[in-house]
Amino acid sequence: MGDYYKSDDLDKFATMGEEAPELWEKFMQYYGAVFAEGALSAREKALMALAVAHALQCPYCIDAYTRESLEKGADREQMTEAVHVAAAIRGGAALVHGVQMKNMINKLGF
Amino acid sequence: MATGLNMQPFLSGDSAEQLKLLRDQTGVQPFVDKLGENGLYPLRCNGISVLQVNLGKVCNMACKHCHVDAGPDRKESMSLEIVERCLQVLDGANIPVLDITGGAPELNPHLPLLIKEAVKMKRRVMVRTNLTVLEQDQNYHLVEYYAAHGVEVVASLPYYRESNTDRQRGRGAFIASLRVLRRLNSLGYGGEQGGLLLNLVYNPGGAFLPPAQQAIEAEFRRELQSRQGITFNQLLTITNVPVGRFLNFLWHSGNLENYLQRLAAVFNPAAAPRAMCRGMISVGWDGTLYDCDFNQMLGLACRNGQAGHPAHISSFNLEFLQQREVLLDNHCYACTAGSGSSCGGATADSCRTKK
Repeated sequence: MGDYYKSDDLDKFATMGEEAPELWEKFMQYYGAVFAEGALSAREKALMALAVAHALQCPYCIDAYTRESLEKGADREQMTEAVHVAAAIRGGAALVHGVQMKNMINKLGF
Repeated sequence: MATGLNMQPFLSGDSAEQLKLLRDQTGVQPFVDKLGENGLYPLRCNGISVLQVNLGKVCNMACKHCHVDAGPDRKESMSLEIVERCLQVLDGANIPVLDITGGAPELNPHLPLLIKEAVKMKRRVMVRTNLTVLEQDQNYHLVEYYAAHGVEVVASLPYYRESNTDRQRGRGAFIASLRVLRRLNSLGYGGEQGGLLLNLVYNPGGAFLPPAQQAIEAEFRRELQSRQGITFNQLLTITNVPVGRFLNFLWHSGNLENYLQRLAAVFNPAAAPRAMCRGMISVGWDGTLYDCDFNQMLGLACRNGQAGHPAHISSFNLEFLQQREVLLDNHCYACTAGSGSSCGGATADSCRTKK
């Protein structure tokens, strides 16, 4: 499985439209609109996407949004902080589920 | 994708070797074919409004993105004789703008004369500076000299934070640049409309495209003003051109083909007619004429009329040169990618900022 993900495969993303062109077109229109300048800047959105890419651990997204963040003018410090946001939320999400654990302990225990 | 470090020997800097490398990237459509497909070939000069003079390759820095491969070890420097020829052409051909570049122009002893005489002719004069050279004792006074002569300063500052800037330009570059920018501000540069013009230049810190000019300009303005108390007029984004030291970086980092493919993938037909080569002529340190500073580093000299000899400042044929066919190669993708790129920043409409 070491070569399960190949960087070049990202270029084949559009082949997902071959069997479902209408769905692909709708997705791409939506995708383009999401990342356009809006209440949030394109740069802020790229950094958010970078953080989400790390939270999801999607290698294609990490490659794509590393480049995109750089091309939107972000630097290493900003991008590293974005990844820490992802790490904090993932770590925090694990930790806060400890409350569920405690709820269960309290229910089961004396 | 980058495949890791390329173990080939470093490029010698020889222009023919660089051109061969640019042409050998099999995954990249030749630039002239791309122009042809879009009905844009050949590209012709449309009158000369800028005389860009490269005073030499000598520099106090050795930046990673430098297409000139300039540095402290270089010796090429324009002579007084060639400088005087440039002034004669500026006068005789009635070219309104003198754009002085290098290397570090400040390290050529004839820079003050060139500025003084061009200003006497009432030309718009701009100097492209790396800022840090103006900290050297022998050049310290040039900041005041620029101000006294109304010179427009175009200053390299790759980023508004230290680590990014120093990674590209060398340790200490950011702090030194800030000191010079503060001196420029104190002399009236970069202030309100009508004052002395101070424009900054952003270059990407690697093998990727620059951001939208207006967006990154707003970032620079906010960050430099709030954190450093520095003001400027305009930020110019310039795409790194795969020539010289930057080409070497691309080659050895395994990024060359990908970078060229990236530039080609975002080819913007609207940017080609606005390329700077259509309105300027570039003079090398030895007086040879080129379409632009990049062609200069690749040895792609303009021809002087139908005779086919390399054109030289000493036999400036305005009538021919102002409608010459521009020499193109794969490095030209950098000027037509995305929002377009020139020595004056982005060229496509959506990214132009008002002066």
